[in-house]
Amino acid sequence: MRLQRVKAIAIKEVLQVWRDPRSLMVAMAMPFMQMFLLGYGISLDLKHIPVCTFDREGSQNSQDLLKRFAASRYFDVVRNVRDYAALTAAVDRADCKLAIVIPPDFSERLSNAGTTSVQAVLDATDDNTANIAYSYALAVVSGFSTDVQVSWSAQQGRVLAQIQPMTAQSRVWFNEDLDSRNFVIPGLVAVILALVGAQLTSLTLSREWERGTMELLISTPVKPSELMVGKLLPYLGLGWIDAAFCLVIAALWFAVPLRGTLFTLFVTTTLFLVVVLGIGYLISVLIRSQLGASQIALLVTMLPTNLLSGYVFPIDQMPAVVEKLTYLIYARYYVTIIKAIFLKGAGIPALATPIIFLLIYAAVVMLLAARAFRKALD
Amino acid sequence: MTAGTSAQAQIVVEDLVKRFGKFVAVDHVSFSVQRGEIMGFLGPNGAGKSTIIRILCGLLRATGGIARVAGIDLARDPEGVRQRIGYMSQKFSLYRDLTVEENLRFFGGIYRVPAKELPERIRFAIDMAGLAGREHALVATLAGGWQQRLALGCAVLHRPPILFLDEPTSGVEPTSRRRFWDLIHALAAEGVTVLVSTHYMDEAEYCHRAALINQGRLIAIGSPAELKHRALGGELLLVECEALGPVLAALQQAPGVKDCSVFGSALHVLVNDAARARAELPGYLAAKGLQIGRIAPISASLEDVFVRLVAADLANRKEAA
Repeated sequence: MRLQRVKAIAIKEVLQVWRDPRSLMVAMAMPFMQMFLLGYGISLDLKHIPVCTFDREGSQNSQDLLKRFAASRYFDVVRNVRDYAALTAAVDRADCKLAIVIPPDFSERLSNAGTTSVQAVLDATDDNTANIAYSYALAVVSGFSTDVQVSWSAQQGRVLAQIQPMTAQSRVWFNEDLDSRNFVIPGLVAVILALVGAQLTSLTLSREWERGTMELLISTPVKPSELMVGKLLPYLGLGWIDAAFCLVIAALWFAVPLRGTLFTLFVTTTLFLVVVLGIGYLISVLIRSQLGASQIALLVTMLPTNLLSGYVFPIDQMPAVVEKLTYLIYARYYVTIIKAIFLKGAGIPALATPIIFLLIYAAVVMLLAARAFRKALD
Repeated sequence: MTAGTSAQAQIVVEDLVKRFGKFVAVDHVSFSVQRGEIMGFLGPNGAGKSTIIRILCGLLRATGGIARVAGIDLARDPEGVRQRIGYMSQKFSLYRDLTVEENLRFFGGIYRVPAKELPERIRFAIDMAGLAGREHALVATLAGGWQQRLALGCAVLHRPPILFLDEPTSGVEPTSRRRFWDLIHALAAEGVTVLVSTHYMDEAEYCHRAALINQGRLIAIGSPAELKHRALGGELLLVECEALGPVLAALQQAPGVKDCSVFGSALHVLVNDAARARAELPGYLAAKGLQIGRIAPISASLEDVFVRLVAADLANRKEAA
């Protein structure tokens, strides 16, 4: 590999990118827009679930229970209805996801039989939301139930501690508020870089084929590896700028806690960019038309990185076969890395495994791209 | 561009064959080019000229035969060949979104021209191409002739001993074409071996030797004068007359006439001896009651030569078949 040739190619690429402000704008604006659109678009938290209540008793007890729903940050009581028809209508119109019905004998059965029930009507068109709403509702009701038990026991003169149910005290680490934004946003940076990076380099060779400049280029003694490195370097610079954009937005705008060092972030991000740009370059080697290369780059990055990188859908909950498949998704390693850097403050030693996987990936992609590029017209 | 002392062959092609599927683009072609020689490739579009040049530049792999450039076998060491050649492709292939100087710098870097020599080489290329004052103009804004001269400048920047120019003058206005050929001659005078293709038959006159190529076959090769003589097998007369048809018929029977054909509004007559024919033919025709106007010797155009040689070649092949 001759530095003089690599330098000549890199300078030429920089000039060409610089003189094409439209594609430069796309390269700069795309990650910016995607960060905001997807950053706000994706939230897995359920808060403020709309609730309808139908209190058929209207006692002190029933109102106590309903107040707990109103007080919960997971629920918003949007309406109190007076009959079933109104309740059905509210669910039908999707005014509420959950309706709580308190039976007319609620207090009576509570004091006489010591047990009673409450009806929860769920709109399960979105079963995930319904499940979560149901479990939140269950928690509210059981909290109420415990308190009732405690006060009832007190009235009986029993010691409070004796009936105190055993509780597990859980402490959540790294994302203390269980705020989904904190783990989605770093993953989003990975997905956006994977998409944009491959797009950047996927056109670099097809442009030369389509403009007819490749014929002259391959008549020169330039080596495939020199061409590859010379062409990737300027895009690595562009990739750094894009990555800096995304990371600054994540840390400052979305206020995701950044606990790791900038050095770790820089090293791992550079490694990931090399893989991503290399994938785009490999596509460019294999497909000689700009349109085809761009489409393929979109296809091979968009779905796999979105679905299988673990940035939204947890990998360990995937079927075994699919889980094995995710080892091929290079974005998954960077998703792991960047989440760990942001939330855990992980350093390079802690990230050795995904870093090694990325290194292997980078080496294989580069080798394939350099091998696959033939200096011939046929 | 050191002038060679020996007349050693810089390009040697033996029995070269290139097939694309069933299509035979190059059909058992053999020739060689000496140092400092300008070899012209003549033939219509699609004759296989570009294919041969691309094989010699290492852009296409030959199906069969041997190709040696600068003494290096292309099948063994294409990179070795690439370092020693300059190439101008048929389609303009410099970077239009780069300036004149940026293109030259790029190719200087690719060919690893030493940094110390580069400014002087770039100066030379710009002067040669007549692009002084336009160093910072985007190539896209240059006219066709200027672009082609810049392409030649880029091809000779690293002083290759061998140049392949594929239709360098196509789409260039006549005055620029003339100037381009002057450049090629200047390079050849310094010992550069040039293989240049064209579909302008008249341009073969600028070549030391020309090879006629049709349907992938090398039909004839030689200096323009040799080709003319071989093709015609005699001398050519122009005969102007009113009644083209009857005169044509009469001349075809005339003694000493080998061939006669309509050429525009006149006749081209091929005879063994032009001087004798000029003296005898008017009388011969007058005896048949046919009047003719001017009768004059003409030098054959290479277009004539090409048509004749192609026809002869076809006849030979039919006979052989």
